[in-house]
Amino acid sequence: MLLIRCPYCEEERPELEFRGAGEAHIARPADIASVSDEAFEAFFFLRDNPKGITYERWRHMHGCARFFNAVRDTVSDRFVMTYKAGEPKPDAKTIEKARAGA
Amino acid sequence: MADASSAMTANRAIPLAGRLTGGPAVTIRPAEPCRRLALRASADAVPLLSAALGIALPVKPKQSAGAKGRVALWLGPDEWLVIDEVGGDPVAECAGVKALHSAVDVSHRNTAILVEGHGAADVLNAGCPQDLSLAAFPVGACSRTLLGKIEIVLLRTGDNSFRLECWRSFSDYAFAFLADAARG
Amino acid sequence: MTQAYRIAGKGRLSPAREARFTFDGRTMTGLEGDTLASALLANGVHLVGRSFKYHRPRGMLSAGAEEPNALVGIARDATRQTPNVRATVQELYDGLAAVSQNRWPSLTFDVGAMNDLMGPFFAAGFYYKTFMWPKAAWKRLYEPVIRAAAGLGVAPGEADPDRYANRFAHCDVLVIGAGPAGLAAAKAAATSGASVILADEQPQVGGSLRLETDATIDGRDAFDWAQALAADLAARDNVRILTRTTAFGYYAQNMVGLTERLTDHVARPDPAMPRERLWQVRAKRVVLAIGAIERHMVFAENDRPGVMLASAARSYLNHFGVAVGRKVGIYTANDSAYAAAIDLRNAGIDVPAIVDLRDNPQGEAVDAARKLGIEVLAGHAVIAANGRLRVSAMTVERTNGGGSKRVIPVDALVTSSGWTPSLHLFSQSHGKVAWDAENQRFLPGNNVQDLFSAGACNGATDLETAIAEGHDAGEASARLAGRSSGAVARPATSGGAAISGGMIGAAPGAEKGKQVKAFVDFQNDVTAKDIRLAVQEGMHSIEHVKRFTTNGMATDQGKTSNLHGLAIAAEMLGRDIPQVGLTTFRAPYTPVTFGAIVGHARGELFDPTRRTPMHGEAEKLGAVFEDVGQWKRAWYFPRAGEDMHAAVNRECKAVRTSAGIFDASTLGKIEVVGPDAAEFLELLYTNPWKKLGVGRLRYGIMLREDGFIYDDGVVGRLAEDRFHVTTTTGGAPRVMNHMEDYLQTEFPHLKVWLTSISEQWAVIAVQGPKAREIVAPLVEGIDMSNEAMPHMSVREGRICGVPTRLFRMSFTGEAGYEINVPADYGPAVWRAVMESGAAHGITPYGTEAMHVLRAEKGYIIVGQDTDGTVTPQDAGLDWAIGKAKTDFVGIRGLKRPDLVRQGRKQLVGLKTRDPKVVLEEGAQIVENRDQPAPMTMIGHVTSSYWSENCGRSIALALVAGGRARMGKTLHVPMPGGAIAVEVTNPVFFDEEGGRLNG
Repeated sequence: MLLIRCPYCEEERPELEFRGAGEAHIARPADIASVSDEAFEAFFFLRDNPKGITYERWRHMHGCARFFNAVRDTVSDRFVMTYKAGEPKPDAKTIEKARAGA
Repeated sequence: MADASSAMTANRAIPLAGRLTGGPAVTIRPAEPCRRLALRASADAVPLLSAALGIALPVKPKQSAGAKGRVALWLGPDEWLVIDEVGGDPVAECAGVKALHSAVDVSHRNTAILVEGHGAADVLNAGCPQDLSLAAFPVGACSRTLLGKIEIVLLRTGDNSFRLECWRSFSDYAFAFLADAARG
Repeated sequence: MTQAYRIAGKGRLSPAREARFTFDGRTMTGLEGDTLASALLANGVHLVGRSFKYHRPRGMLSAGAEEPNALVGIARDATRQTPNVRATVQELYDGLAAVSQNRWPSLTFDVGAMNDLMGPFFAAGFYYKTFMWPKAAWKRLYEPVIRAAAGLGVAPGEADPDRYANRFAHCDVLVIGAGPAGLAAAKAAATSGASVILADEQPQVGGSLRLETDATIDGRDAFDWAQALAADLAARDNVRILTRTTAFGYYAQNMVGLTERLTDHVARPDPAMPRERLWQVRAKRVVLAIGAIERHMVFAENDRPGVMLASAARSYLNHFGVAVGRKVGIYTANDSAYAAAIDLRNAGIDVPAIVDLRDNPQGEAVDAARKLGIEVLAGHAVIAANGRLRVSAMTVERTNGGGSKRVIPVDALVTSSGWTPSLHLFSQSHGKVAWDAENQRFLPGNNVQDLFSAGACNGATDLETAIAEGHDAGEASARLAGRSSGAVARPATSGGAAISGGMIGAAPGAEKGKQVKAFVDFQNDVTAKDIRLAVQEGMHSIEHVKRFTTNGMATDQGKTSNLHGLAIAAEMLGRDIPQVGLTTFRAPYTPVTFGAIVGHARGELFDPTRRTPMHGEAEKLGAVFEDVGQWKRAWYFPRAGEDMHAAVNRECKAVRTSAGIFDASTLGKIEVVGPDAAEFLELLYTNPWKKLGVGRLRYGIMLREDGFIYDDGVVGRLAEDRFHVTTTTGGAPRVMNHMEDYLQTEFPHLKVWLTSISEQWAVIAVQGPKAREIVAPLVEGIDMSNEAMPHMSVREGRICGVPTRLFRMSFTGEAGYEINVPADYGPAVWRAVMESGAAHGITPYGTEAMHVLRAEKGYIIVGQDTDGTVTPQDAGLDWAIGKAKTDFVGIRGLKRPDLVRQGRKQLVGLKTRDPKVVLEEGAQIVENRDQPAPMTMIGHVTSSYWSENCGRSIALALVAGGRARMGKTLHVPMPGGAIAVEVTNPVFFDEEGGRLNG
C-alpha cells in the first residue's frame, strides 16, 4: 500500500483513501461540440502508457475529496510529486528536483 | 427553513438508539441526536461565516474548532462539517450571510458513534489506516477517512476518545465492525 | 511412552509441566514450551511425513520456520483442521492432535512411495513432457489423476469458525527479529525515544541465543538477558513487542505485513479471541534482524529421517533438553557444527565422529572437540546416509577418494555446510543483493527503502558483531526518525558460536554424473541431479531452472535450497554465481492464512448492509426484501396465502385504483447550491435548466462524454441558486464523483457546490388516484390543489409537524407525491400516511410492483433497459436534449458516426402473441425463426413482466431499427421453441398520460 501526499491535506495519507482518475493534463476542448472526429478521438479515447514518468489524476476520495495531479514513475511505482488541480504540468527540471528531494 | 419543534426533535429515530458495546479497553455507543451543517465556501467567506456561527472556522487541514457545544471540522479546503449538540440551528444562522457559500442541512444524513477508553485508537485502527497516535492525530484532529469498507469522519475528542460520524445506513456496519474489533 | 530422549538438567523447560498429545493416534507426552517437533523427538520419533513427489519418509530437518519436511495436519475439532503445519513451529499444548500427511495407508507403509522407485521417470520436467499428448486426454485423464495425487494435506470441508483481526499500526522503528541484533536495535531505538515495534516469530525473544549455553551479554546468561530486556521494553509506553508474529512481506514505502498468532498455542482458546491478527505496519525506519539459516549437506540419501541440521540439534538439546539421538554423527564443512558435537558430548551423547570436508580444520572449536575425544575425520565426506525410515549409519570416504569406505553406525546425523543470511525481506524491499565471493554468500547490497540490516542476515558471524550492528542500527534508525539520541550503552558480550565458513553445492559423492538422490530442496523433492538436468535441457537462467525443477518454490522460498541449487546450476553452466543470479524472493516468507488476510471482513462485515429509515416499518408489514447493491429494499408485501405473483398483482392494481405507498429513500440525492447551479446542470445534463421555474421539476438525462446514457433522475429547483437533484439508487456514488470531477477539474470557474443528501431525506412515495386525499390532511403550508401544485412541481412546507420537500411526481404513471422528510422522522411520517390512507385502502408496494408499474408506462431504468451503449435517441428520449444548447457532457459524443448511423438498437415494446407468455429478460430476438443456427440476433429483451393492469404480459426490448418495425412480428427463440412477439410502442398503459394530472 502506497503513501500518497495530498497537496490539499499537506501530508502523506494511505493509498486506501485515494482513487486514481486516469491521465492528467488532457483538457476538454472549449469548443467541444464542433471538434473533428480525430480531435475527439485524441481527447476522449487515446491515452499514453509510458515507461517511466507519467502524469496522473487522483482524487482524495475518502479524505478532502479534492482531485489533484501526480507525477509517478511507472518503473519504480513511486510518486515523484503531487500538485493541485489547475497547476501547470511540471517540467523535467522540477521533476528532477522533486526526485532529489524525495 | 426552520427545523421541527424540540418535542419532535426528541422523537428523532436515530439509527443506533439504545445500543451499547465494547470490550475491556473501550466503550462504543451512539451519540445523542444533534444538528449538522455541511458548509462549503471559499476562503474569502470564512470571516463572515465564522462570525455568524460563533466559531473561527479552521483553515488548516485536519483541524477542528469548537465552542459551547458546537464544533466545526475541516474536511477539505472549502468544506466544513459543523456539529451542534446544544439545540442551535447552524443552517439557519448561515442563511443571512451575504458572502458566497453553500449551507446544507445534513443533521439526519449522519449518525455518530462515540468510541472511548484506553483502547479506542487500537480499536479504530482495526479498520482505519491513518496514524492515530497523539503525535499524528492530537486531540481536536479530524479527518474524513475509512473504517474497513466504509467512509467515516473521525474527530478526536480526548486522549482516549473519538467521535465517529458516518452516513446513517452505514452505521450498522460501523457499529458491528467496532464491536468485532473491540473483542480483541 | 516416556520421554526417553529428554535429558535431565538440560534445556529451559520445566519437567513438571507435562502436556499430552497424539500423533497419528498414538498418545505421547511432552512438556509445556515444547514444539510438536521437540516433543516428538523427546519420544524418539523422527519419521513424521512423506515427501511431496516421491513419498519418501521424512523427519525434522530444522528447529524453525525453515522446516521443509515436517509438515503435519493439526485438528482441533471437525471444523478446525489445519494442513501443512510445520511441526517445528507448532507449539505443544495439552490435547494437541497431529496427523502425518501424504501417506496411504500409513506413514510407515505408503503406496505412493512407488513414485520413489519410479524416480527415473519422475525427473524434473516430467509433467511438462509426459502429459502433452493426446490433447484430449489432459482434461479427461491426466489432470484428474494428477490433481488427486498432488497437493499436501487436506483442506477442511467446513467454514472456518475462528475470528481474525486486523490492525493498522505506525511506528518510528520496526525491528524484525528479536535475536541478539534485533534486541540490541530495539533497546537502542527505544531508549532514544523512538516508538518501536519489535516482532519475532518465536514464542519468546532470544532468536539464536536459545542455542547457546555459555554466551553472556552484559554479564548475564545471554538468553536470560534477552528475557529481562524484553520485560523491560514491554513495560515502556513507546514499545510494543509482538511474539509469535511473522513479518511475511515487505511492501512499498516501509509497509510490512505481520501475522500474529494468538491462539494456535493454547489448549482451550477463548472463542472470543481472534486466532490471528494481521498487522499492517508503516514504519519510518525498519531494522531487519532476521538472522541466518543453516544449510544442509547435499549428499546421497541426505533426506533420511534423523539427518538434520547441526543447529537444530543444538536448539533441541540446549533449549528443549532433547537429544536428537543416542549416537549422533556430525558432517560439516565449517566450525559451527563442532558446537553441536561438543554440546551433545557434554550431555552424555555418543558422538562417534565429526566428518569434516576440510583437509585441515583448525581453531578453538576443533581443538575443543578433539579434547573431548571426538574423532575428527578431516578431509572426509559422508557419501551416503544408510537406513530407510531412520538413518542407521553414515558411509564415510576420503574426499580424495583414497582409502576404504567406513560405515559408522549412527541414529542421527547432523550436518552443516554453512549459513545463509536471510535476505527474504530485504529482497522483497527491492534491495539489491551483493555477492560476497570470499565467503560464498549473498549479502544485502544497496538499500532501496529506509532500512538497516543487522546481525546474521547482514553477514555478522559472531555474537559481538551482531549485537554491535543491531545497536548501531537501532540508534541510527531512531535518529533518522527524528528522535533525539543520547548515548546509549552498547551491550557487552562474551562467547557464542561463530557461524563463518562452509561450502555450497553438491558434496563429494553427489557430483555431476552420480545417479544418487542428493536432495537440494526437500520440500519440492529436487535433487542435485534434477538441477543439472534442467541446465542440460536448456534452462540457462536461474529463474527457468527454478520453474523447471520447482527448486525453492512454494512455501520454501529458497530458505534451505537456494544457494545449493544456484551453485550446482552455476557449475553446470561454467559461470560464476553472481552471473547466474539469484531468484526472486516472494512474499509471504512463511504461509499466511486466508483468515488473516480476510480479517474482520466476514459475515455481516463482508460488505455493509444498508437499510432505509423505514426498514422496520416494512418489516412490520411483512415485506420480503431484495438486495439492490448494498441496500435491502422491500421487494413485495405478501399477505397470508399469497405468493410473490399474487402479491405483486394486488399491489399493482391498488396503485392504479386507490393508492400505494413505497419507500424510495435509496434514491441518490444531491443538493446543488450556488449562483451558477443552473449553468452547472446545463453542462452535466442534456436538458435545459436555466428556464426551469422555482418550484418546478424536470426529468434529466446525464451522459458520459462518449454520448451514452450514464444516469437519469428528477431535478427540482428549490430556489434560483438551489437544486435538489435525484439519481438512480445504484448510480448515486458515481454520479456524485462524475459531477465533482467536472466541477473541480473542467468547470472550476463555476460558483457552485455539491452536497450529498441521499441519506438526509427519507422518501415516501404515495402514488395513485387517492394520493392527494391521503397526503393533504397531513401537510401544512402547501396548497396542494392541482392548479397550485401541478404534476412535476416541488414545494417546501411541513408534514406531521416536520419539514418536508414535497415532490409531485410519478414513476408509476399515476398522480402522486414523493414526500421527503428528514430521515429520522421517516418512520413516524410513514405511519401517519398509512393511518391517513387506511380508509382509502392504501397499499404498501415493493420494488417489483414499482418495476411493473413503470414498465407499463415505458419508463426506463438506467442499467436495466440501458447498458452503457444506449443513447437518448436509442431510448426514445431525444426530447430531453436541449437542442439549442452549445455544450453539455456528451454533446460531441452523440455526433460520433456510430451513434448517428441508421439501424441502431432502439427501445420498443414487445407483446407476446400469446398474452399469457412472459418473456425472459435477456432473451435474444431474431427476425426469422426458421433460419439455421447460429441465428442473426437483432436485439434482446430488457424488461419483462406480467401486467395485471393490462391483463397480459408486457416487455421492453432493444431491437435494431426497432421503431421502424412497429407492428411487425419477431421471434424469441427459447429451448422450448420460438415465441412470437409483436413490436409495439413501449407505453402499454394510459398512453396519453392523463392520469398524471388527476
